[in-house]
Amino acid sequence: MMAYIIRRTLYAIPILIGVNVLTFVLFFVVNSPDDMARMQLGEKRLTEEAIQSWKEERGYDKPLLFNHQEQGFGKVTETIFFKKSVRLFLFDFGRSDSGRDISQDIKQRMWPSLAIAIPGLIIGLLVNISFALLIAFFRGTYLDITGVVLCVILMSISGLFYIIGGQFLVGKLMNLVPISGYDSGFEAIKFLILPVLVGLIGGIGSGTRWYRTIFLEEIGKDYVRTARSKGLSERLIMFRHVLKNAMIPILTGVVVILPLLFMGSLITESFFGIPGLGSYTLDAITSQDFAIVRSMVFLGSVLYIIGLLLTDISYTLVDPRVRLQ
Amino acid sequence: MPVILWTDGLIFLLLFMVIMFVFHVRRHEHLRRPWRTVLRSRVAMASAVILSIYLLIGLLDSLHFHPKLENPKDGVTQYSSQIKSVFDVVVSHLQENDEKTYSAPFAAYQYSKETIEKEDGSTVREYPRLEFGGAHLADPEIEKKSDIIHIILKSSFKSLLVFFLLCLFVLWRIAKNKGWLIRDTLSSIIRGQTEAPWFVILFTLGFSLWFLLTAWDLSHFYHIFGTDKVGQDVFYQAMKSIRTGLIIGTLTTLVMLPFAVLMGISAGYFRGWVDDIIQYIYTTLNSIPGVLLIAASILMLQVYMSNNAEEFTSLAARSDMRLLFLCIILGVTSWTGLCRLLRGETMKLREVDYIQAAQAFGVGNMTIIMRHILPNVMHIILISVVLDFSGLVLAEAVLSYINIGVDPSMNSWGNMINSARMEMAREPIVWWSLVAAFVFMFVLVLAANLFSDAIRDAFDPRLREREE
Repeated sequence: MMAYIIRRTLYAIPILIGVNVLTFVLFFVVNSPDDMARMQLGEKRLTEEAIQSWKEERGYDKPLLFNHQEQGFGKVTETIFFKKSVRLFLFDFGRSDSGRDISQDIKQRMWPSLAIAIPGLIIGLLVNISFALLIAFFRGTYLDITGVVLCVILMSISGLFYIIGGQFLVGKLMNLVPISGYDSGFEAIKFLILPVLVGLIGGIGSGTRWYRTIFLEEIGKDYVRTARSKGLSERLIMFRHVLKNAMIPILTGVVVILPLLFMGSLITESFFGIPGLGSYTLDAITSQDFAIVRSMVFLGSVLYIIGLLLTDISYTLVDPRVRLQ
Repeated sequence: MPVILWTDGLIFLLLFMVIMFVFHVRRHEHLRRPWRTVLRSRVAMASAVILSIYLLIGLLDSLHFHPKLENPKDGVTQYSSQIKSVFDVVVSHLQENDEKTYSAPFAAYQYSKETIEKEDGSTVREYPRLEFGGAHLADPEIEKKSDIIHIILKSSFKSLLVFFLLCLFVLWRIAKNKGWLIRDTLSSIIRGQTEAPWFVILFTLGFSLWFLLTAWDLSHFYHIFGTDKVGQDVFYQAMKSIRTGLIIGTLTTLVMLPFAVLMGISAGYFRGWVDDIIQYIYTTLNSIPGVLLIAASILMLQVYMSNNAEEFTSLAARSDMRLLFLCIILGVTSWTGLCRLLRGETMKLREVDYIQAAQAFGVGNMTIIMRHILPNVMHIILISVVLDFSGLVLAEAVLSYINIGVDPSMNSWGNMINSARMEMAREPIVWWSLVAAFVFMFVLVLAANLFSDAIRDAFDPRLREREE
């Protein structure tokens, strides 16, 4: 087990290097360090010296990927790519191009993201599983058919409709909660209700349908038939046997997204004006702040890989037959 | 003078491939069988009718040309630099009758007040009459309602007539094919005893026909979905957006399919270092958040376009290039799922007896893949293609909304929603653009979802066993 985890961690390194190279190339195909300096300094008439000193200050004065003037290893190490990437692997994000401390920003902005993501995940799971259990219990009846049709209809509505409709209905027409924004402490709750609610309603269709298929798959298994032949009531079978066993695929499916909750949702956060990591990333893209984009992509990939690893481990925990090698 | 934009060419290539596929399937009984279950499904056929109407509009809108100039100088025929589509010609009355600014659906007066000079020289602030919407009425307050009802009744009668003729034609075809009497055919259609659910098909067709004809007739006298900020007809915009939605949904798949199939099958079949490399590629791509990848690529394209502005002869060619690029980049971010599925399935397949036997006989790897593996994973490819479609249509709207989608000058539901969002704060609220975009998108996505469900049920043998 331990050996497996270590090997997977080592395996993550080439992936992270790949991710880094890709972000780097994608970003610098468009921009040159000179463009970045002009954009950040934001003045119309810039002297060549100002650009040079900006680049020197932030370490953008070296060649991008390959330095022809250096000797030996210096050819690779004395470049923007190498200098910037090595520090990322030590989780030292440094300063953004506009001069802010990225680690500090991430620490601060993590909480609003989590404040939406965690309640959203838990409430969503509870609601979706209850609905799915209900329509799986009444499978084959009109309740089941209506439920499935309703799910498809809910799935077919654009997510934007839920957001705009929610903001209009709850925020503007009924005036219950503010449309967007954020506040610290317990005041934040009134800003969180709407995004969580919208996320819940938007996800109900696909979620319920997905869990329904999991339940139906479980109901078709042999142990359910055995339980029935022993004379157990359908209700008992559903709650004591099917629900418990179905939790295995459900929970292992959830584990993979757990680490990514930190990253927040790009779209929800920018719509509701939540100062989380998602809107942080989106702002960085629009203002072309390479340091932030690169740090967030790196963080995202690390969390994704952790998620995959956690999934594998959780499989062995719930099902002893699975061996990791 | 016809113009073929990149996406036009690709969409007709795709159409051609689908037609070839249909012919191929028709010749093989074992391939026809699952399709027959789809044909028998009532929901699937109703959605297929709706989808084909969308497709028809989208295809008409993909036939582009440079229109002839009205007054050619010195007798030589000249062509405008503008690009129009056949669909534009069909609905030319919608495109040309612009108002000044917002007006509500079926309105005869403008949304906002203007200063109007009266005959005696005094000025008043009031809502001006629209130049086009309801312009034929003397007094809209009194006449409008009865006029609208009158038009609806007239076109309902017309559509009923067309529908009746259509029914007769279908009846005659079925009766001739099966050698039945017309009377027996009619009763078996009504009782639902025909192989394909003709009753449902005709009903859906009749309803869409009624809607289209009524909307067509009404749109000659009113803006049935209102007008937008610059006074363009919203109904026209929503219909023009159909092409954008269809292209995003289909071309993306066309772009990613070769990669996913090639890589997925070779990873599963050859294993070893090939598998390692392909797994490495898709894990790397997967671990970059998709929105970031799309945003970075769109930024890249914008810079490229502003540096090479002379390569793009017209606005349409420019936005078309961006649309194609968006399809490609969406394809890059979405091929990994299918690739992984194919890899798993191929790994299972290569252990099956008949493939082991083929290998023992010394059949080449390429032949085994083409002859034995590809046909056996075809259903997975088909299912994932149709399942992806609706997700991609919805994704377009979200991406356009955060300005990394299609070109802002292009008609798309995302752009419509994006520009309408700013007007939510107005009083009275400007809701029609939003609603039109959402309704058109909803109908397409719902039909696509229902159709793809039917396909999945018919093609996934695992699922069929479970339900029996």
